[in-house]
Amino acid sequence: MTDLTATPDGAAVGSKSGSLFERGARTRRRHAAERRFRMIGLAAVIFAILALVGLLGSILSNGLSSFRQTYVVLDVYLDPAKLDKTGDRDPAELQKLTTFSYAPLLKTAMETLIEEKGISVDGASSKDVDAIISKEAAATLRHFVLANPSSIGETVKFDLLASGRIDGYYKGRVTMETAELDRNVSPQQLMLADELKAAGALTTRFNLSFFTAPDASDTRPEAAGLGVAILGSIYMMLVVLVLSLPIAVAASIYLEEFAPKNRLTDIIEVNISNLAAVPSIVFGILGLAVFINFAGLPQSAPIVGGLVLTLMTLPTIIIATRAALKAVPPSIREAALGVGASKMQATFHHVLPLAVPGILTGTIIGLAQALGETAPLLLIGMVAFVREFPAAPPGGFFDPASALPVQVYNWTQRGDPAFVERASGAIIVLLVFLVIMNGLAIVLRRRFERRW
Amino acid sequence: MTPGVLIIIVLVLTVAGYVLGRRRALALAKRDGARLHSLPGYYGQSVALFAAVPALLLLAAWLFLQPLLIENQVSTQIPNSAIPEGGARSLVMADVRRIADGLDRLVEAGSLGEDDLATMRADFSDIRGRLASIGVALGSNVSPAVFQAAKSYRSLNGTGSLLRNTAVIGVSLGLGFLAWRRVRPSMRARNTSETFIRALLMGSSLIAILTTFGIVGSLLFETIHFFRMYPAGEFFLSTVWNPQFRGGSTLGILPLLWGTFYVSFVALLLAVPIGLMVAVYLAEYSSKTLRSFAKPAIEVLAGIPTIVYGLFALITVGPLLRDWIAQPLGLGSSSSSVMTAGLVMGIMLIPFVSSLSDDIINAVPQAMREGSYGLGATQSETVRKVIMPAALPGIVGAVLLAASRAIGETMIVVMGAGAAARLGLNPFEAMTTVTVKIVSQLTGDTEFASPETLVAFALGLTLFVFTLGLNILALYIVRRYREQYE
Repeated sequence: MTDLTATPDGAAVGSKSGSLFERGARTRRRHAAERRFRMIGLAAVIFAILALVGLLGSILSNGLSSFRQTYVVLDVYLDPAKLDKTGDRDPAELQKLTTFSYAPLLKTAMETLIEEKGISVDGASSKDVDAIISKEAAATLRHFVLANPSSIGETVKFDLLASGRIDGYYKGRVTMETAELDRNVSPQQLMLADELKAAGALTTRFNLSFFTAPDASDTRPEAAGLGVAILGSIYMMLVVLVLSLPIAVAASIYLEEFAPKNRLTDIIEVNISNLAAVPSIVFGILGLAVFINFAGLPQSAPIVGGLVLTLMTLPTIIIATRAALKAVPPSIREAALGVGASKMQATFHHVLPLAVPGILTGTIIGLAQALGETAPLLLIGMVAFVREFPAAPPGGFFDPASALPVQVYNWTQRGDPAFVERASGAIIVLLVFLVIMNGLAIVLRRRFERRW
Repeated sequence: MTPGVLIIIVLVLTVAGYVLGRRRALALAKRDGARLHSLPGYYGQSVALFAAVPALLLLAAWLFLQPLLIENQVSTQIPNSAIPEGGARSLVMADVRRIADGLDRLVEAGSLGEDDLATMRADFSDIRGRLASIGVALGSNVSPAVFQAAKSYRSLNGTGSLLRNTAVIGVSLGLGFLAWRRVRPSMRARNTSETFIRALLMGSSLIAILTTFGIVGSLLFETIHFFRMYPAGEFFLSTVWNPQFRGGSTLGILPLLWGTFYVSFVALLLAVPIGLMVAVYLAEYSSKTLRSFAKPAIEVLAGIPTIVYGLFALITVGPLLRDWIAQPLGLGSSSSSVMTAGLVMGIMLIPFVSSLSDDIINAVPQAMREGSYGLGATQSETVRKVIMPAALPGIVGAVLLAASRAIGETMIVVMGAGAAARLGLNPFEAMTTVTVKIVSQLTGDTEFASPETLVAFALGLTLFVFTLGLNILALYIVRRYREQYE
């Protein structure tokens, strides 16, 4: 570009004819380079957005099906001869019966159903017929009988889970070809399922138990739910909120309004910005060493997870709170001081209330970050297989629980491909929570934040 | 009395202190006809603060320390002979705790009186059976020494709790009373309570320092422990990572560091150019509408939890790379690879690089752009030859921050990079990183006496030092750059 002036006969460089209306070769080259650069920039933006779309699309396409589940509608005769030999409906006696005693009832019920509907598939054994129902179904039955002992001897209509492979067949995960090679399902079973569906005994509908049921073992992906994980995550968020908000606000007020400019303040500030950048897994190591080994708190407990996540989110909330306090104009403080308020009064009565929207926004964003955090929780034992719901707080804070992101990780480590669907579904639930929280933060900011 | 009840009692005392303090100030002022120094509420506040804060701090400290002290005390009571072959003292202590817990429940259920317990002996009665009846399952029969320890654990715990309750309520009552006695119209109540609150505020800000101390302390402590069992030279120089849980393992950090840097390098190779171009385009070229849509969309990428990226790597990117690139080219057959983890991590880092660079590019003074345009430069020439050189230090800082993120990232590499420690160049092979190994050495049943577990702390310390170093360097560079144009 500087060449233009450097050449004595400038016209020769610009264009041969010297016309201002015609672009010379060099200008054209420079303009082409300009366009190329622009295109590369646009391509980068498009790539980033496509990556976002791909990421969300892949999760959604894999996971949305987990919100629907295939059920077998079955009339089960609760045979007193098998369930209650003494005939007195003694709860203690009923309690002793394991799920094994319920399996024959299901078998009979299935056979009756097939007979009634007049379904027959060549080469389908009675074992094939049984295996259409999930192994979890016997437990469902037992649960029902224990809750309603008087129903023994009656015929009750149940919606029982179909086995994971049958469910997968209707979600496109299992086909006749793959069933050929699969030890857990046969093509005959799929044909049977099709017949049942045609007869109306097999339905696919919204899967509420995905949100309420606890985790299930490796062989029963169809029964696995997020109940314990959601509850565990909520408990942890409660701990984080209760601990981090007051501490962060107090620390920010001190640093922003009171701290003298000295060595100690400097160290604290550098410390906070460094803590914000420490890898999350290091906080997990800290939690393991200090809270579990040193203080003897139980493993897998929401209280430990909450404490670790508190330490992790503190810097985020402190930084946001300080920004909110800083945004309150000094004139407010000066006016308060001018009419005789003490510094503490000026801060607590005037500055802090004005900074509340900013503080809440920062807190919600910090909580959202904590909600999605996985790595530190792996180290403090949240990855354990937990089927029992934790008790109500405060005792429940010390019971073993899982957490949403950890449950996702847990499911990806299992063999059955049906768990991949569950994991993606869990991610969708997690993302919905995050969208709600971030949306709340945006609304708060829009509605209450004042521009000075 | 549980700590929860104790907290409620202290809170009740606090409220009572507030009311009484306020009332006393008003009453005295009325009697003496004197004017109060502060608003009446401040007299109540100062009494309430003295009744609540020291007592609650004492409770917190007590809850933290009591288990430690009792554990130590009881642990010394267990003779070495009571520890089974190959077992650890900590396992026996876990049994002791379970038995004590079970005894508590037996007493609670009313099937065992305190007197019976005192005379109960492990060699005469079937403790295991009785505990099992209330749902406490024990692995083996209870030896007399362990039972004795459990009994003393239980009684120590009981005494400790009693002492704790008395001490906490005593402190709350005593200090509250003293503060209440001091209340008189001439007392500078506002100053007292403000000084107190100020101390509390300062204490809260010290928690950040405490956390850092906690991190460094626990990492250093266990790392030193590790190096006592395992030679440091081998840890830092060996090229083999082969942990054996029966002992005799080789724990060299080099393959892990190589994997970490390789994955981070691939990630930065993707994220830095794209992030930078995104920033340039959005700052210099894009229309307002595109910017108002694209900038938040890209920032959404930064808000997505890393487990989501991990799952994306596991179920989409990994199989895609394997089926379309690695297998046709004969480069590998594993869906988890350096490339998988690197690409996905790169996507994660794009918004990080772009939003930092965006700030930096916007901070370049407008006069420099206009000067360049005035000389006839095109926009891209201005960006490449004027803005970039001016923004370079800031961009280097941004890249360093992104690198520190990449090194410390865990979930993406756990789910995308694989678990095989390998020193290789092929990016389509599975390799492993420092963070993956921290997770795999510390999850599951961890016993804190073996080098195989403790090595995770040495790895953690290495990670901490690397990321901290990068951060400090980056912040220093960014800060110096900002000063340049301010």
